[in-house]
Amino acid sequence: MFKNFKHEALETNTGLLLVATMFAISIGGLVEIAPLFLIDDTMEKVDGVRPYTPLEQRGRDLYIREGCYTCHSQMIRPFRDELLRYGHYSLAAESKYDHPFQWGSKRTGPDLARVGGKYSDEWHVQHLIKPTSVVPESVMPNYPWLLETPLDYSDVGDRMRALRTTGVPYSATQAEYDQNVKQFGAEVAAQLHIPDAQKNLVAQAQAGNYDGDRSSVTEMDAMVAYLQVLGTMVDFSKVKPEDLVKYR
Amino acid sequence: MANEQAQTQTHGSGGGVQTTGHVWDGTLQEFNNPLPVWWTYGFYITILFALVYWFFYPSWPVGTSFLKGVNTVTYVNQDGQEESWHWNTRAKLLGEVQAAKAEQKPWFDKIASLPYDKIATDPELNSFIQSAGKALFADNCAACHQTGGAGKIGHYPNLADDNWIYGGTFDKIRETILGGRHGYMPPYAEALDKGQVDTLANYVLSLSGEPHDASKAAEGKSLFHSHAAACYYCHGDNAQGRTDIGSANLTDKVWVWADVPGGQDANAKLAAVRNLINAGLNRGVMPAWEGRLSEEQVKVLTVYVHELGGGK
Repeated sequence: MFKNFKHEALETNTGLLLVATMFAISIGGLVEIAPLFLIDDTMEKVDGVRPYTPLEQRGRDLYIREGCYTCHSQMIRPFRDELLRYGHYSLAAESKYDHPFQWGSKRTGPDLARVGGKYSDEWHVQHLIKPTSVVPESVMPNYPWLLETPLDYSDVGDRMRALRTTGVPYSATQAEYDQNVKQFGAEVAAQLHIPDAQKNLVAQAQAGNYDGDRSSVTEMDAMVAYLQVLGTMVDFSKVKPEDLVKYR
Repeated sequence: MANEQAQTQTHGSGGGVQTTGHVWDGTLQEFNNPLPVWWTYGFYITILFALVYWFFYPSWPVGTSFLKGVNTVTYVNQDGQEESWHWNTRAKLLGEVQAAKAEQKPWFDKIASLPYDKIATDPELNSFIQSAGKALFADNCAACHQTGGAGKIGHYPNLADDNWIYGGTFDKIRETILGGRHGYMPPYAEALDKGQVDTLANYVLSLSGEPHDASKAAEGKSLFHSHAAACYYCHGDNAQGRTDIGSANLTDKVWVWADVPGGQDANAKLAAVRNLINAGLNRGVMPAWEGRLSEEQVKVLTVYVHELGGGK
């Protein structure tokens, strides 16, 4: 069949070259991506993972706006040195409500997948305003405007609706809300209800007092609320390590 | 290769080499040299390598599963039984962690079984604590308390001095690490007027031998012990603080929250104390490390922190 094939035929025919190139590339895609839709057990079955609250979600948007991901990954790899420094390796399940996920292999700063609860709110505020004030050798830029800028949460409902179309179970109707109560419990389900988003966001910022000032909801409130929830949803004392091995 | 004649055309120093037949400007030709031999065989070797690799390691997807390879990793499951699973990074990690634990076991067993004071005085264990504790401290504590434990005045207590806000015994340090702390002092800006706060600040400075107004300090002293300000509730009759609630000792020269040493002159020092009395303190939060650190790690850190400040 290939006896009379001349490579020159490909090189001198743009249309043919295009088709052949796409064919070659699609093999890679088929082999690497398609199986993920067929293999059952790629997503670990663990308890506790829930979508972000409206305030945390706004914090996540700011995290992306400020380009934090260009220096920080949120993916602890299953290596012993990473385990000792950052904690348990990240699970696929922990990113299932992240759109887009924050995995990565480029780190200028440390991985943040389990930064939640590691430092106090005050530390985060101080560190974001001027990182070198607490970590003298840090090369991270200052983000002082987070504390000064009021958080715009007028469109938080729209943002949640957009995420809902990608499969994040934020509830728009009573039926969806009831379903969330069953899946996540009443307390979490209330936070996921889109019609109450603004009310919930303000309430969490007031109660959490992340930036140390209750008088207004700032971008710092949202950012710190987000950072403090990272990696805290799964209780690993209730997970058998050998069970996670079997998802690979 | 369409032009058979052009293929054998040669020009200049490239004599004898096949060309593609493309000629530009009458002289520029495109040579069709064969690939170097080392490259060609290198290419074949990578193909061979892939075949061997596919045999040993997880590789191709097949239907709803994938080829798992013949390599396995052995580890101990939570029930204490040995288990093998096809090679993957999670299984490998589990095995590695268990092997490392076994290697460190003699040390940690000794640390777990001995009381704190015995650990601190055993020279061999002590050098283990110094190296293991240093790494743990750098990963977990240094972001606030700084690398050497010197802390930051106004934010994070100094662990390298002999002043212990919540107590410097082994048990107290362990309690602090496991449960975290939350420093609190109520704000006095509304309860007291400006003059009263000023007298209190003078009194607090006088306790530490800082420059102050003696008559105001005397007034402040009676206010300190009165029911109106009731400072002595928490700081004690002798103003030396109480480690059970973490109230500061006001009689030493160590400043934790009010940045008096950073004050340029007497007025700035006074203002630092006044500000603290007015605003109170509600942000001295240390996170709890229970669950994040293992029992052995907490014990190592406890001894390490104890030694940082020549504990109690």
